[in-house]
Amino acid sequence: MASADDQAFHEFEEATNLLAETPDAATTSRSDQLTPQGHVAVAVGSGGSYGAEDEVEEESDKAALLQEKQQQQPGFWTFSYYQSFFDVDTSQVLNRIKGSLLPRPGHNFVRHHLRNRPDLYGPFWICATLAFVLAVTGNLTLVLAQRRDPSIHYSPQFHKVTVAGISIYCYAWLVPLALWGFLRWRKGVRERMGPYTFLETVCVYGYSLFVFIPMVVLWLIPVPWLQWLFGALALGLSATGLVFTLWPVVREDTRLVAMVLLSAVVLLHALLAVGCKLYFFQSLPPENVAPPPQITSLPSNIPLPPTLPKSMAPS
Amino acid sequence: MAEAEESPGDPGTASSRPLMRDLKAVGKKFMHVLYPRKSNTLLRDWDLWGPLILCVTLALMLQRDSVDSEKDGGPQFAEVFVIVWFGAVTITLNSKLLGGNISFFQSLCVLGYCILPLTVALLICRLVLLADPGPVNFMVRLFVVIVMFAWSIVASTAFLADSQPPNRRALAVYPVFLFYFVISWMILTFTPQ
Repeated sequence: MASADDQAFHEFEEATNLLAETPDAATTSRSDQLTPQGHVAVAVGSGGSYGAEDEVEEESDKAALLQEKQQQQPGFWTFSYYQSFFDVDTSQVLNRIKGSLLPRPGHNFVRHHLRNRPDLYGPFWICATLAFVLAVTGNLTLVLAQRRDPSIHYSPQFHKVTVAGISIYCYAWLVPLALWGFLRWRKGVRERMGPYTFLETVCVYGYSLFVFIPMVVLWLIPVPWLQWLFGALALGLSATGLVFTLWPVVREDTRLVAMVLLSAVVLLHALLAVGCKLYFFQSLPPENVAPPPQITSLPSNIPLPPTLPKSMAPS
Repeated sequence: MAEAEESPGDPGTASSRPLMRDLKAVGKKFMHVLYPRKSNTLLRDWDLWGPLILCVTLALMLQRDSVDSEKDGGPQFAEVFVIVWFGAVTITLNSKLLGGNISFFQSLCVLGYCILPLTVALLICRLVLLADPGPVNFMVRLFVVIVMFAWSIVASTAFLADSQPPNRRALAVYPVFLFYFVISWMILTFTPQ
């Protein structure tokens, strides 16, 4: 555990960073200036063993901040309620992305980068970017494959955009919901560290998906073992970030539950990556350009229904 | 939007005067998009006719024939419509949530009007596709789409960027970039069957 000086310096650094990042806290009515001083005061005054001390500090700080938040948070039907989730600057978003790309064992993403100010901008737009990049690069792969092998029938396959969008958004919002629900249910077992709020979990998942964007772009290179290598690297980085973030919350639980939860999280992440690879980048066998005669007997004046996401069986 | 000023003894021109006025306003805004200057015309007198015309044109020209199998192929009319309007609404909401001081319909108006360069690109692409296909054909289309994409982005950021505080400008402009990128992609991959 950190020594007293390290702890104090760390808190000072956090305090100065926080103050530097929020010169004008006028957009939300939370007075952020209270928080860093609270951090500093507790850190300097603490003595004795710091193993339990920092957890207690975090609890009390979190409780104070929560109390502050609840006093001043407007109702969920007002616009300013949702505005509080977009209260980030460009530099903060870039900082959070960097933090998710380089997970470090000591640095908890939620505590170190989010600092009790989760945002919805990052998760939402990272998911949107990932969905579109998946569809576009999947399409590009088909174009490049057709260049090499003219017998492959090319078509824009626009329905893949819909599938990509729905699946990414469902993953990035439903899985954190399930995780948050599960952690809250196990809250009774844990004494020291409270679970993350729903928004913080969504943030963690959203920012952890960022590393898939360059991975998907690199999947354009048509070398199979290279594609699996990139996939493994990106999945490793992303899952490591998730595990490091969840570990402090889960370690007080029984060993079995902790292991099961962490492996479920990693497994779901791996499923997402593999699913994307197989669905959007499947290597197509050469198809006949002319469709079989039964299909063309469909009268052309019947309007086709709008495309719904269907599971596409590889032909 | 425009009030009808009807002269009582003149039924022939009673409905054409406000129509001409609206068309002139739409045309004037098209000019402002094509030659983006620091003027407030788009913001002050917003209207949604121009975006509607452009969106319908885009969707009509991009939709695939119904003979195609519905799995492979370009977007349906409804899909283009949904992407354009839903995308514009999302970007507007994002801009307002980040604390921008632009009104909802002003932002929709700007985003819709700035699709004009890309619609022109689609027209050019259709003309170019009448020639025989090949790599030169593709390079010409790629060049046209890239130029028009850059034009759209420049035009819309000229109007939208000022409404955001400087430390959030990039956050507000990035979704606009993504939006026009998706539309450009749909235009570039358009192949008439």
